[in-house]
Amino acid sequence: MLGPIVFLPLAAAAVLAAVRRMPDGVARWSWVAVTVAELALVSVAIARYDTPAGGGLAFEQQVPWIPSVNSSYHVGVDGLSLPLVALTAVVFCACAVYALREDRRPRAQAALFLFLQSVCLGVFVAQDLILFFVFFDLSIVGMYFAIAGWGHGNAARSALKFFLYTFMGSLALLVGFIGLYLAADPHTFDIPELAAAAPLADSPVVGGLVLAAVLVGLAVKTPTVPFHTWLPPAHTDASAVGSAVLAGVLLKLGTYGFVRIAMPLLPHAWQGWSWVILTIGIISVLYGALVALAQTNVKRMIAYTSVNHMGYVVVGVGAAGIVSGGAQARELAVTGAVTQMVSHGLITAALFLLAGLLQDRTGSYDMADYGGLAKPAPRYSGLFAVAAFASLGLPAFSGFIAEFQVFTGSIGATWIAALALPGILITAALFLRAVQRLLTGPTAGRSGGFADVGVREGVAIGGLLVLALVIGVVPGPLLDLITPASQTVVDLVSR
Amino acid sequence: MNEDPLALLPEIALLAGAVLSLLSGSFLPRRRQWVARLIAVAALLTAGVGAALTVGGPTRTVFDAFALDAANGIVRLVVVAATLLVIGLGVDELAGTTRESETYALLLLSALGAVVVASTTDLLVLLVSFLLGSIPLYGLIGMARSPGSAEAALKTYLLGALFGILLMLGITVLYGVGGSTSYGQLAAGLRNAPPAAVAAGVVGVLAGLLFKAGGVPGHFWVPDATQAAGTTASAFLTTVPKVGALVALYRLVMVLPGSVDWPLLVAVLAALTMTLGNLAAFAQTDVRRLLGWSTVSQVGYLLLPVAVAGRSAQALPSLLLYLGCYAVTNLTAFAVVAALPRRRTLEEYQGMAAGHRWLGAALLLSLLSLVGTPPTAVFIGKLTVFSAAWDGGFAWLVVVAAANTVASLFYYLRWIAPAFRGGPAPPAGERRPFAAGAAVLAGGSVLALGLAAGLVSSLVEGPLAG
Repeated sequence: MLGPIVFLPLAAAAVLAAVRRMPDGVARWSWVAVTVAELALVSVAIARYDTPAGGGLAFEQQVPWIPSVNSSYHVGVDGLSLPLVALTAVVFCACAVYALREDRRPRAQAALFLFLQSVCLGVFVAQDLILFFVFFDLSIVGMYFAIAGWGHGNAARSALKFFLYTFMGSLALLVGFIGLYLAADPHTFDIPELAAAAPLADSPVVGGLVLAAVLVGLAVKTPTVPFHTWLPPAHTDASAVGSAVLAGVLLKLGTYGFVRIAMPLLPHAWQGWSWVILTIGIISVLYGALVALAQTNVKRMIAYTSVNHMGYVVVGVGAAGIVSGGAQARELAVTGAVTQMVSHGLITAALFLLAGLLQDRTGSYDMADYGGLAKPAPRYSGLFAVAAFASLGLPAFSGFIAEFQVFTGSIGATWIAALALPGILITAALFLRAVQRLLTGPTAGRSGGFADVGVREGVAIGGLLVLALVIGVVPGPLLDLITPASQTVVDLVSR
Repeated sequence: MNEDPLALLPEIALLAGAVLSLLSGSFLPRRRQWVARLIAVAALLTAGVGAALTVGGPTRTVFDAFALDAANGIVRLVVVAATLLVIGLGVDELAGTTRESETYALLLLSALGAVVVASTTDLLVLLVSFLLGSIPLYGLIGMARSPGSAEAALKTYLLGALFGILLMLGITVLYGVGGSTSYGQLAAGLRNAPPAAVAAGVVGVLAGLLFKAGGVPGHFWVPDATQAAGTTASAFLTTVPKVGALVALYRLVMVLPGSVDWPLLVAVLAALTMTLGNLAAFAQTDVRRLLGWSTVSQVGYLLLPVAVAGRSAQALPSLLLYLGCYAVTNLTAFAVVAALPRRRTLEEYQGMAAGHRWLGAALLLSLLSLVGTPPTAVFIGKLTVFSAAWDGGFAWLVVVAAANTVASLFYYLRWIAPAFRGGPAPPAGERRPFAAGAAVLAGGSVLALGLAAGLVSSLVEGPLAG
């Protein structure tokens, strides 16, 4: 089941890359077709998914790969990864629909994004550290070309910065993985085996250093303060779909690594460092929100709110390591963190696609260039307002469900987490201000003659927001999926 | 008695091939020099088949000085495959030139030197094979007959002479205090020898072999030679001698007694080599010179398993794996360079991928592999080498190597970025089908080696002979 899900986009990418004389229209629509097929495959997987007993994996598959270092092609999904697999399929599908208007090398773009989709899905299903790392690194290479090839402004420089930063992170991650491998007896890269063994439990110093390496790797990708500086330029200069994928899916590779690798494999070190992680999370929440408040560039502002939103995830997983807090509260925090990954993916992808429309129509992201968009572009204004309210955590949207659980859980574990609460207030302020400056008032600046959202763009952006609304109104199915897995994680980290 | 000439079939084939291609070249008219090339290729294929037949066979030593083991088997295969690839990427450059057959003869002789230096278990044979491997290089570098290549040849020659003497000096000292030149007896003899004398001898031998490998302190010739020599010669001299020298180093350090802290010495040299190679590569604009420095930094990573020789079970397998992966990756990059002779600087690679899709893909694969991006060949090499080094107690060196890897990304990207950016239409240069074919073939192998690492990794397991 997982094989086709992961490798179908890759195969399609190879075909698209190889067939040189393909008309642009065919390339665009075959990209959409493949992502829709992916969506169907993932839906089938979700329908057939039964929470495996005892914290195990569903659709598991293991084939020896490099036997000499005990690394295998080991894939499987559980309640942590399946929501993110679904998110990946949704975000890429929305991007494919949105990019139907792309006229810059659409065949190459389709091939590149299908490749990216494959490697992102690969990260979420990987149950072997080397396999995880392979996909993790390839996502960086793919994103580099997406920014450098289809970006604007200072794209080459931003892409280089992105590559250097995240590649440094991935090497720190690799060093950490090698440490885990050597600490296990027998040496292995298998994640479930390592989780069962918790190899560095008896050596706090080495365990702390290995966790530090893994944390740096994941923190760069997430990104948290102080490793976030690659994010704003990368987002500002990337194309709309590039930004949407970067924020919607790629940032989750980092936070997913916390719950999949760092917490279960290094429980003791995680407990010891949980205060540091919690602090970094709180700082990310506040700093991201404050800097976002100061932005005049719409896309930069959304980029910094990503730092803020990913901060909630870090607060949640950090609080989960504080064993003195109740187990139930910490489970809630982890469930909230995973829900936040899904929610942020949907809402921020929609916001970036909306920001991309500004660039597409007028060539400017600057808020000062706009005003009163509601009159010439009512559909755009409606979508933007909905996305902004969803992002600031209005009830009935997924963001509320996520942040509510993160805060209830983390404050239940320790009152310190409450220090992050002002983040919500600042985010609300900045989004309201953006809505005000862009949409309301007399039509001014470049707003005049602004072409409203077309059908395809509307379907892509609206689809993402509808999903965020559905999760917000009927969160039950998603939470039922995540909760057993977060119980397992909390059990593992409390050892 | 262990005199079994048949066991040396691959080496004999290389020697015979060198002699025959030289002789035939002397009697053939200019336009029929391809016969010499055929002879060289046939000799290499014979050697390759002979080597492949013995892989996985029993571990033994013949003529008291030549080890037949996993290391020897892999070195033979890698050297033969690399030399074949070098000839493949060089055909367009060499065909019909005045020194075609001589080039093949020198390539085969130097390849023979590399195999013997990697397989010998006797200091005297080590010296002879060092010279056999190095002297043809001087000729190969000077063959381009440009002022630059003359300078590079002279520089290489002078440095080679200096480090050759250091090697001889080291061997003399080790023989003097150890009482034998054969590794088996030397190990016993050195155990009770004065540590200062052993250290002096080791430094000499190490310096000599590092010249051949192109590592600090014997690396000065590499960038000059790589930039100024013909592409065929550059590709060869940055690949094959390293394979021989690094395995020779490994065999040698296994003999050394614990009274000398050679692991630390090798580790420091490794750190210096990779750091210097990377720092120097930063500012380069000539792609050959950039590749030259990049090969220096790669030697740094290759020294990691040597530093933990005998202390990690994965040391030798990881070294051999990395050597094979490095050889094919480095040659892919050179094959791309050979296929585009008009483009010499990074700016001239602007828009290259648009005009040459396959070459662009091969270049991307080879450079990402040199960085160590999965799932390419060198990633597997780096992974195993890092694990071995950490396992052997050099965690700090792994961190240095990881930091260097990040740094190296910067200059490889300086090459990838313009190649994949849009640019002016590439000038319609001469077509070089052989080099392009070699680049695509090697590029495919880079990916295949990375994906099928499990199959390869079983080949490199096995103890040293003797």
